[in-house]
Amino acid sequence: MQRNPQLNASGELQHLLSIEGLPREILLQILDTAESFAGVTEREVKKVPLLRGKSVFNLFFEASTRTRTTFEIAAKRLSADVINLNIAVSSQSKGESLLDTVANLSAMQADLFVVRHASSGAPYLIARHVKPHEHVINAGDGRHAHPTQGLLDLYTIRHYKQDFSRLTVAIVGDLLHSRVARSLIHGLTTLGVPEVRAIGPQTLLPAGVESLGVRVFHDMRSGLRDCDVVVMLRLQSERMNGALLPSAQEFFKHYGLTAEKLALARPDAIVMHPGPMNRGVEIDSSVADGPHSVILPQVTFGIAVRMAVMSIVAGN
Amino acid sequence: MDLLIRGGRVIDPASGRDEVGDVFVSEGKISEKKIKAEKTIDAKGLVVAPGLIDLAARLREPGYEYKATLESEMDAAVAGGVTSLACPPDTDPPLDEPGLVDMLRRRAKALSRARVYPVGALTVKLAGERLTEMAELAEAGCVAFSQANAPLADTQVLWRALQYAATFGFAVWLRAEDRWLGRDGVAHDGEVATRLGLPGIPSFAETIALATLLQLVRATGTRLHLCRLSTAVGVDMVRAAKKEGLPVSCDVGIHHVHLSEMDLGYFDAHCRLEPPLRSQRDRDALAAGLADGTIDCAVSDHTPVDEDQKQLPFAEAEPGATGLELLLPLALKWGEERKLPLAAALARVTSEPARILGVPSGRIQPGAPADLVVFDPQLLFRVVPEALRSQGKNSPYLGYELAGRVRATLVAGNVVFEQP
Repeated sequence: MQRNPQLNASGELQHLLSIEGLPREILLQILDTAESFAGVTEREVKKVPLLRGKSVFNLFFEASTRTRTTFEIAAKRLSADVINLNIAVSSQSKGESLLDTVANLSAMQADLFVVRHASSGAPYLIARHVKPHEHVINAGDGRHAHPTQGLLDLYTIRHYKQDFSRLTVAIVGDLLHSRVARSLIHGLTTLGVPEVRAIGPQTLLPAGVESLGVRVFHDMRSGLRDCDVVVMLRLQSERMNGALLPSAQEFFKHYGLTAEKLALARPDAIVMHPGPMNRGVEIDSSVADGPHSVILPQVTFGIAVRMAVMSIVAGN
Repeated sequence: MDLLIRGGRVIDPASGRDEVGDVFVSEGKISEKKIKAEKTIDAKGLVVAPGLIDLAARLREPGYEYKATLESEMDAAVAGGVTSLACPPDTDPPLDEPGLVDMLRRRAKALSRARVYPVGALTVKLAGERLTEMAELAEAGCVAFSQANAPLADTQVLWRALQYAATFGFAVWLRAEDRWLGRDGVAHDGEVATRLGLPGIPSFAETIALATLLQLVRATGTRLHLCRLSTAVGVDMVRAAKKEGLPVSCDVGIHHVHLSEMDLGYFDAHCRLEPPLRSQRDRDALAAGLADGTIDCAVSDHTPVDEDQKQLPFAEAEPGATGLELLLPLALKWGEERKLPLAAALARVTSEPARILGVPSGRIQPGAPADLVVFDPQLLFRVVPEALRSQGKNSPYLGYELAGRVRATLVAGNVVFEQP
């Protein structure tokens, strides 16, 4: 087995590619650093000079508005220069290879690449080929990982629940296609959450999902019982009618989060969602906008977490 | 030219012979008589064995000359001690017309290196709809008929193709994979694919197709050779089918007896193979099945891929590994791990594939073609791109050290490769 490509020779974070394989200390370092930045985002002058003079390239091979924007805001608050490249509609359509694109941008003196790609593992390929002083942050690759989302989920959970060691966390919906779920599961198990539950129909759970350290429930009601945290996943519209699911309505009936189902969780349970939400498909509006929902704070925390990740990798 | 290979450890897997001695070659054949040799190869401390017979090596011609050429791959073959090889029909265009087969054979013959046995397409363009002119193709030199890596989805066509082949006594070589269950998958549907977020190909994509094939063999009596078995359950099914007396034989890719899904590591595209590397349990069952004879032989499944097509995210990378030059060392490694006598290990890449192909080579016996390999079983060499003669440098073993360096290769009594 090769050395973990995310860590440099001294075991520090060189790239952020996946939460899997990261030691607990690094996860906590990121969360603590993010906490120190939370103040910055609330100040009137929302800037610190940590990345002044550095160039951050947002390489989005797959369209995304929300994640790209939060990375851009995070980089700007660190005083970096940000260049957004929407590659889905530029060089790739002209036949340029992924590595050629990266080599060209590298020649423009990049310091940090933020990469979103539809293929699992693409950021690993890029990380293997960048120069030693360049860093890669995975902003979502295929079904594999979305580590900054996972980290902001961990941050949110810690913010509301403090202690990971007594929690029951349920992740509900389409785990098969979800990079968010994979990243969060690795983070929760690394930080010692004793029970992580995966709730969904068999068609939306990957083969041998138990091997990730989760307990599987097909019945949402029993899965939600006594949960402290409920994480709802987005169901892509192209997966709503076909061989995986008969209809969005039937999915909502069995796996949509309603106030009535949420009542089975602990009274102080929090409800999370990585966004964008399909109201009436995976979550009812009354829950999304209700007192248990921390969906909007997640977005705010996401900026501090991305600032933390960028400042840590760029400093190593 | 008359030739003497002196003082080597002569291993003939077919007869079990394993002793130090001389091998005489006269008029392209192994000779019983001591002859006056014009050339002598000193094989002291080396093994003299039948040349390897590889039932699956892609030469990439016609159509994919940018990946490899007949010339580069025939060089690779003899450098790997491979003296005969069967090439699958997945060229561009596929080997579905006698003219193409004829041209390939003549081009190969003109290079006078390894012997090439083309495997014809079972259906036109490998599209799984219309049968090829199998009798014409056989006349042009096809030794069997296959779909290569394009599973035949329509069971009606499959049934008719097997019936038609059986009519003429042709062998059909097929890989068992259900096209729908394998659709979009790029890795074994198990723990590693789940962790890496790669679309999976379940084991039952193989075993369901295998059950269908065995049932059709019962119905048609076709001689079926199963290619690239990949699952433990598949090994059990083949074992039972042989016990039942069905006319089936079977091979495994040499990488699949050594590697598993774990070797994908951090998305190593060199481990993107067809069929996918499966679990460690599957790998162990394949290695054991090859040892107990359930699996008749090991093949390189040689697939040269240019570097650009491997420097891609795992799912987008082209599947396949280069193998002609690694078949011997990897077969030796497997034999050593299973603690098999050298003759037994070599049988899986010499006499056994010869039997399936129905050729007189693959043995060291008087009158047999003098297709031979002389190799050093101990000497380690490092697998590096520059050391590979194949145009395909794509191997999961890059950087590894393997034992089994070829010193000389003979085809029909001619020394076609020699190195110190």
